[in-house]
Amino acid sequence: MSGAEFVPLSLPPLVIGTCAAIACALPGNFLVLRRQALIGDAISHVVLPGIVVAFLLTGAISTWPMMLGASAASVVAVILIEAIRRLGRIEPGAAMGVVFTTMFAAGVLLLEQTDTSTVHLDVEHALYGNLESLIWLDAVGWTSLWDFEALAGLPPEVFRIGAALCGVSLFIAVFWRALKISTFDEGFARAVGIATAPLGIALVITAAIAAVAAFDAVGSIIVIAMFICPPAAARMMTNQLGHQVAWSVVFAAVSAILGYVLAGYGPLWLGLQDAVSAAGMIATLSGVILALCARFGPCRRRAGAPLGV
Amino acid sequence: MFDLVSENGVAQCSNLEEGASPLAIRGLTVSYGQKPAVFSVDMTVVPGQMTAIIGPNGAGKSTLLKAALGLVPKVSGQVRVFGADLIKQRERIAYVPQRASVDWDFPTRVLDVVLMGLYRELGLLARIRGAHRAQAKACLERVGMADFADRQIGQLSGGQQQRVFLARALAQNADLYLLDEPFAGVDAATEKAIISVLKSLRDAGRTVVVVHHDLATVRDYFDSVFLINTRKIAEGPVEHAFTPELLQEAYGGRLATAQMDQIQPLAG
Repeated sequence: MSGAEFVPLSLPPLVIGTCAAIACALPGNFLVLRRQALIGDAISHVVLPGIVVAFLLTGAISTWPMMLGASAASVVAVILIEAIRRLGRIEPGAAMGVVFTTMFAAGVLLLEQTDTSTVHLDVEHALYGNLESLIWLDAVGWTSLWDFEALAGLPPEVFRIGAALCGVSLFIAVFWRALKISTFDEGFARAVGIATAPLGIALVITAAIAAVAAFDAVGSIIVIAMFICPPAAARMMTNQLGHQVAWSVVFAAVSAILGYVLAGYGPLWLGLQDAVSAAGMIATLSGVILALCARFGPCRRRAGAPLGV
Repeated sequence: MFDLVSENGVAQCSNLEEGASPLAIRGLTVSYGQKPAVFSVDMTVVPGQMTAIIGPNGAGKSTLLKAALGLVPKVSGQVRVFGADLIKQRERIAYVPQRASVDWDFPTRVLDVVLMGLYRELGLLARIRGAHRAQAKACLERVGMADFADRQIGQLSGGQQQRVFLARALAQNADLYLLDEPFAGVDAATEKAIISVLKSLRDAGRTVVVVHHDLATVRDYFDSVFLINTRKIAEGPVEHAFTPELLQEAYGGRLATAQMDQIQPLAG
């Protein structure tokens, strides 16, 4: 494929898909270890009331108010989940289940109260994203990467997900040691003066911001898959947290790039006519990687797991 | 670093002032829901001694320790550490939680866990250097786990895990060590290793407080006992506070005669 075709049509979706996958996989490592990996699923549901409220307030379907609404709803959900978990002393999965179903239902009710014929919330779009449609019409080839005028025409999703990825990476780099200690041993962490409760909420809010930015670009199916699959697969490749995070980034990037290519060209290679959904293929591929690691990874044996098998 | 110790004084204080005590608790009440777990407890830990916190299951032993560290919210009461507020004295306390309270599947190695003990020193961002690793290795050496530095923590036995936790506490180089059930479910070799480390800490002038459940070893291991069953039953040197009468009071008559025989001082 020539640069003239690749740069405008395939490069932006590849970059956006890879950034979105990594932005979700990074906090996913800690969420999986803290048994909070379902937060991705929870956030994908709680953004609905946020988006509806943003629409009701602004009366327009535009990106920034809706993203702000979605982010605000995520933060409210995160605080509710933490409050229920700590005050009710129940496990995080149950707290998430209560909060995200309630908020999603509230969103549906709100949506019904508005004129649904004018607010067209496309479920398919939200679920699978529109990765293939994120094209860069101003580009003429590789040289456009050095052309500021052409760069200004990049899909805005590139900048949003890029900023989210930078934010997530920075948060994890700065709080790495505190996150590691408090994830492993919360009692000890608090005894040495780490503010574990605010840190835990900050982690989940960071994840929520990554999720909202990624929904906007690639849809929720990738988000849910990337919070869980690359970190879980990476855990079976190594027994060290640092290496696990590195593996998860590799797996996320491989899923995104290979998934996009396979979705675009795989059916053609098989003699079929149409390409399949890139988001669906990326999520599927991350599941396949997880399955392969579960079968062949060097560190899949767990303490306390039954021997044999 | 170890020189600081002597200043804390090994001196036995019969009439201890609050300011001098490594851990002084006044009127502490902690409640889970409606039922108080610890009710109006006073405790004054004697510096340079090994103190056992003893009581039946559910008597609030661990809760007392956690409340002293600010890990569980207290309904009322005051905690002073070396005569000052807890927040100002965190460097001087090392806490060893119950082994079962963490997930040993966590992807980390033995040496990394011991290095966690240097958090106060390193903070968020300082790099771990060779000197820090050497310090952590020396702590592993003291608990007899030097050969396991690169092992994944999930591959250790229960006793080895407990020793790693103790090594992490040693890395904190604290003046007050608070240990929650360090002898629970460990092998005899580990118990021996742990008690010898704790005694060496005590002999170096550090203060050690242990939540303990094995009445048979109290006389051998400890200088003082603190008997609790939600309320404080007794506090003092082993010979005064660890008596059959007080134990029966703490355990509410639940001690069998066989157990009582074990704890009686040997005749002659």
